Amino acid sequence: MSGHESTYKPASGFTRWLDDRLPIVRLAHDSFVDFPTPKNLNYWYTFGGILAVCLAIQIITGVVLAMHYTPTVDEGFASVERIMRDVPYGWLLRYVHANGASFFFLAVYIHMFRGLYYGSYKAPREVLWLLGCIIFFLMIATAFLGYMLPWGQMSYHGANVITGLIGALPIIGEPIQTWLMGGPSIGNATLQRFFSLHYLLPFMIAGVVILHIWALHVPGNNNPTGVEVKEVKKDTVPFHPYYTVKDGFAIVVFLIVFAIFVFYMPTVLGHADNYIEANPLVTPAHIVPEWYLLPFYAILRAITFDIGPIDAKLLGVIAMFASIAVLFMVPWLDTSKVKSMRYRPVAKQFFFGFVACSLLLGWCGAVNPDDPVIPLGEDKLLVSYTDANGFVATAEFDAYEEAVAEVESLPADSGASISVQKAPAFRFVHLAQILTVYYFAYFLVILPLLGLREKPKNEPESIHKSVLGGHKSSDAALAPAE
Amino acid sequence: MTDATIEHGESVDEERRDFIHIATVAAAGVGAAAVAIPVVAQMLPAADTKAASSLEVDISKVPVGGEIRVLIGGKPFFVRHRTAAEIAAAEAVDVGTLPEPETDEERLRPTPSGEFNKAILVTSGACTHLGCVPVGPGGGNLGDYGGWYCPCHGSHYDTSGRIRKGPAPSNLPIPDYRYVSESVISISL
Ligand code: HEM
Ligand code: FES
Repeated sequence: MSGHESTYKPASGFTRWLDDRLPIVRLAHDSFVDFPTPKNLNYWYTFGGILAVCLAIQIITGVVLAMHYTPTVDEGFASVERIMRDVPYGWLLRYVHANGASFFFLAVYIHMFRGLYYGSYKAPREVLWLLGCIIFFLMIATAFLGYMLPWGQMSYHGANVITGLIGALPIIGEPIQTWLMGGPSIGNATLQRFFSLHYLLPFMIAGVVILHIWALHVPGNNNPTGVEVKEVKKDTVPFHPYYTVKDGFAIVVFLIVFAIFVFYMPTVLGHADNYIEANPLVTPAHIVPEWYLLPFYAILRAITFDIGPIDAKLLGVIAMFASIAVLFMVPWLDTSKVKSMRYRPVAKQFFFGFVACSLLLGWCGAVNPDDPVIPLGEDKLLVSYTDANGFVATAEFDAYEEAVAEVESLPADSGASISVQKAPAFRFVHLAQILTVYYFAYFLVILPLLGLREKPKNEPESIHKSVLGGHKSSDAALAPAE
Repeated sequence: MTDATIEHGESVDEERRDFIHIATVAAAGVGAAAVAIPVVAQMLPAADTKAASSLEVDISKVPVGGEIRVLIGGKPFFVRHRTAAEIAAAEAVDVGTLPEPETDEERLRPTPSGEFNKAILVTSGACTHLGCVPVGPGGGNLGDYGGWYCPCHGSHYDTSGRIRKGPAPSNLPIPDYRYVSESVISISL
């Protein structure tokens, strides 16, 4: 906490000299060595450190990739293939960077769910939470820009869909879209500016991360009980060595899992279509974003109806942006006085519902929205033709052969054709609509109302007491020793 | 000066201070706006990009029953040479039943002689749903109405490029084009 007194004592003549001029070692010491940290942080709290490592990995591999990458439509794809085949260890750099993006998002999602569960966005940590939301938004932008660079089919057509969304805005949409693309469509101008911005944004993220840590160190860490530190001596331990080691251990485990992906299944998280060079004249059958953006994509596609003058396409865009914007409002939407969901038995259930909702939205985003989740009948084949009296007639069939036989039995001038008549079903688009409602309801209805109505369980008096838990007697036994 | 005050043992002219204050802020504001213009405008389409926004196509090279696909400024366009049956199908439709009613002739442009060359149909190649490029004669699937089929979400277009079935809201737009001669057309964005 910022209030704590500095315990740094420069040991040598040089550090004393430096400390009088630029107390940077003191800053590091007070922030990461002798920083009082709640003694009850669990492994969900190690993802902050993991995220710092992820950002470093992306920046280092990215800067090196940029030494070999050429941001033009003619050479972009080939230069990435050259990185894969010819540049020494280029395959490793690229796989670390591409999978690194995935693991970065995995970590940030866990980190955010952690914050939602333990109420880490509540006073006095609202600014900390807001800065986190800004980082998340910048990460999405960075990943979207980066995915364009290999100039594969998914890169091109994905970017096409997303820039097309901006074009859906009334009046200003198309001029903005043209301005973003630098031409009538995605092309060389777009690729070059996306590369420039993809290089820039991670450094902006790094800047916001510094503010994020600053905003963390003013009130200090929240903790699984949500009870603030009362007595520094009893409730906290110094960051080093307690949490440097705990974070370090978690980072090692995380990196082991990461390495398994990089070395044994480097392409499972990607799309085969992106190994085909971008071709504006051929669209891949399924355009899907990377897995970490699927829930937002599902929300976008869930809106299939117009409301008043606003058409479905624009509504989808609004809903998608709103699903991120709502995160910024969480500190003021949750009305509960109790931070941690450990002591909010009802909210806890809605929270796990929200986690499930997010994962299911991801599933909806990955599949064809018209596919049935629960089929309510069999698809039929419909043969339609003009009968002898000039009326349009239809016949239904189950098997393709029967339908073909029927077409062949009809006279040639009847214009017979076969089409699929889809059976009624509960489809993924319906599932996505229900989940979208829950997603927004969680923030806009459940958190505000529940905080006022729910009867929370008793919170522990202090972090110290909660750690000792049932062993109240040992607490007493310890006391004289202090 | 009426409002001169004494500060740090010196006489201060408030009016003069205010003037400098306002002048500095105004200059900074105008300067920022002046800098913002080129910074924002440099991202607009460059002169060479805009110059490459039209293309001449030799329609005599398009085989009957086939089409060619051209990119202008990165946007796809179809130039299709329709068979007699396809033209007949396009004209036979009861326009009133279409989602976006347009006759086949409304979707053609006159040749220099003032006639319509019904065999040649020129349309945008971007599905009006979400912009995928529909498959046509070269792709082995013409959809239920013999024109184009968009595999992305299943939109069917007829032999005049009109939407007949599926989620796409409107017909494939006819680009801005004209006949330069009987066998050459010029398409612009
Ligand atoms: C927030 C950190 C970053 C994220 C989330 C990120 C994400 C991505 C993604 C998703 C790709 C596409 C990977 C693929 O499928 O091939 C990519 C490519 C690329 N990125 Fe980054 N990136 C980050 C930082 C950087 C930085 C700092 C640079 C420095 C210049 C950089 C340079 C590149 C280059 C040159 C490529 C193209 C080569 C390739 O496709 O592997 N990235 N990035
Ligand atoms: S883009 Fe063609 S049907 Fe959706």
